[in-house]
Amino acid sequence: MFKILKYSFFDLTRSSWSYIYFLFYLLLGIVLLFLNNDLSNAVITLMNVIIILVPLIGTIFGVMYFYNSREFTELLLAQPVKRTSIFLGQYLGVAVSLSLSLVLGLGIPFIAYGLFQSPAIWDFTMLLITGVFLTLIFSALAFNIALSSENKIKGFGYAILMWLLLAVVYDGVFLLSLVYFQEYPLDKFSLIATMLNPIDLSRILILLKLDISALLGYTGAVFKQFFGTSFGSVISLSVLVLWTILPLLNIARIVKKKDF
Amino acid sequence: MRRWMLLLFILSVLSTQAREIEVCHSCEVTSIQAAVDMAQDGDVIRIKSGTYREHDIKILNKSIRIIGEDYPVIDAEKKGTAFSIQANNFTMEGLHIKNISTSHTSEFAAILMAHSTNFTIRNNRLENVFFGILIEKSTGGSITGNRIKSKSVRQDNSGNGIHLWHSKEIKISNNVVSGMRDGIYLEFAGESIISDNVCRDNLRYGLHFMFSDHNKYLDNVFESNGAGVAVMFSKHIKMYRNVFKKSWGSASFGLLLKEINDAELKHNVFEKNTIAISADGTNRIDYVENDFINNGYGIKIRGACYKNIFTRNNFLYNSFDVAYTGRINENEFDRNYWSEYSGYDLNKDGIGDVAYRPVKLFSYLVTQTPEAIVLLRSMFIGLLDFSEKVSPIFTPKDLIDHHPQMKKIKW
Repeated sequence: MFKILKYSFFDLTRSSWSYIYFLFYLLLGIVLLFLNNDLSNAVITLMNVIIILVPLIGTIFGVMYFYNSREFTELLLAQPVKRTSIFLGQYLGVAVSLSLSLVLGLGIPFIAYGLFQSPAIWDFTMLLITGVFLTLIFSALAFNIALSSENKIKGFGYAILMWLLLAVVYDGVFLLSLVYFQEYPLDKFSLIATMLNPIDLSRILILLKLDISALLGYTGAVFKQFFGTSFGSVISLSVLVLWTILPLLNIARIVKKKDF
Repeated sequence: MRRWMLLLFILSVLSTQAREIEVCHSCEVTSIQAAVDMAQDGDVIRIKSGTYREHDIKILNKSIRIIGEDYPVIDAEKKGTAFSIQANNFTMEGLHIKNISTSHTSEFAAILMAHSTNFTIRNNRLENVFFGILIEKSTGGSITGNRIKSKSVRQDNSGNGIHLWHSKEIKISNNVVSGMRDGIYLEFAGESIISDNVCRDNLRYGLHFMFSDHNKYLDNVFESNGAGVAVMFSKHIKMYRNVFKKSWGSASFGLLLKEINDAELKHNVFEKNTIAISADGTNRIDYVENDFINNGYGIKIRGACYKNIFTRNNFLYNSFDVAYTGRINENEFDRNYWSEYSGYDLNKDGIGDVAYRPVKLFSYLVTQTPEAIVLLRSMFIGLLDFSEKVSPIFTPKDLIDHHPQMKKIKW
């Protein structure tokens, strides 16, 4: 598995896409910091970017890589290598290189700006952690989709649809149900609904770290109380881990049975 | 005969001429209470530096001046009030009063002034006090240049820095109040002017009005208080050139208006408050040329507000410029500058050609369903706000600025 991981990883580091991705974050970080001159504002703007772009790029990149390396995969399948290690290796190659682009691309300008002397370092760390998790989750989901549809166009369509569902439609349904059931106490419901979607969970985890959390008022206080405890952090972390592991298990399951 | 009269007059003037009584540890008079007992109208009591462990110093009907040299310390040792005064034409300056006891039943103060007229309390330092300066049923005084500092933790067992009760024509200026419950509290107080004070880190409000009409507060700074200023049940309050900043917390306000009529706000700056202005039951208030910068909410109107006029204000980078509950009720937004305005100005007259709607759909939804706030900064909300901006359906139709300015208003 690690050999395949290595091959995929080096293959990807040679491709221009990871460089473009890396350069994009580098540029974003530099522009944000040196135009804004305020670390915590920059973190807020970055949060907006991360919760939208990272899942999207993770999804598209995952699907793209899977379809592109199909021939190589078929070649590998002919060799005496375990199937799961082929696909998990490929997945890890994609996910690790994407995460690395993200962490380095954002990390370098922030460190250059003097992050270590700033109290914003924890907000920033939270930002990177959630960013990495979102990359892991969405590339795993993308692999799932690509594995289950042979047709490239269809696969891309489903992948985009999945992203749209989690990033946009979910919040729409969430909002509608809040408005519809506004006569009922909704704190618990909104807490659970936020936990279930990795994008919403990441957004709230970052928001609660920032000053802006005071805007959340009473509901925010409930959230803060929950996520502030060790129980809350363990739960939210395990939700993110679950979102990563479950698609991976599914990949392993499909791969074992699939007729290539 | 006339000469005799003159002589007698001169004699009498000489005999009533102001004496000076010095108080120090090596002087003839070593206690302040003794000096006060000796003093007559017009005398000056000069307290040299040192620590005086005294409390409940009573000054009754004596028009005297008490002057501290190099801030002598009056330590009340948590045994009650330091000075209680009932006197006209009274002055107190340059004292350092500390350690006033707290109580749930009595209002112990560093300086308690009751039934007095024409007093001056100037340049004192009050430290670790329950109430700082408590003025009851008095008229015509000035409280200037005092520094009041305490470390209040809980609202129920802490007092106010400067507290006026049933008093009028009081001037409160250049004081610095921190760490109290309310910085300055006016209860049934009228015709007073509060200017150039700094109130910071107070538990509840920086400045608090209750049933106090015809007052002005000008050029003050309110920073990091539970709420900057609360004006409640009062009429004809003028609020000019104040700075309200950093009232940041889930239940914090820059300025809280409750049941206020005929007030005027001009040239104030609201910066980094969770809610810059929260208005509830306010009528006929003019908001002119104020700056709202980086607040969570610029203005939150909670209902029962009639004929409020917002004109020539700058709304810069607030998460929500306006949150609004209820009907339009003749409230008016006109000729303001909104940093989020994205219209154009073809005829170059400085007024945007497209009217601006300051209430976002999301802020409307949040006032309906407070829990919806958890979707703050989600992508769906961004799309929703955008589509509502293009074709408004939900937000109040009349809540509209017909003449949004293209450039920030300079005042």
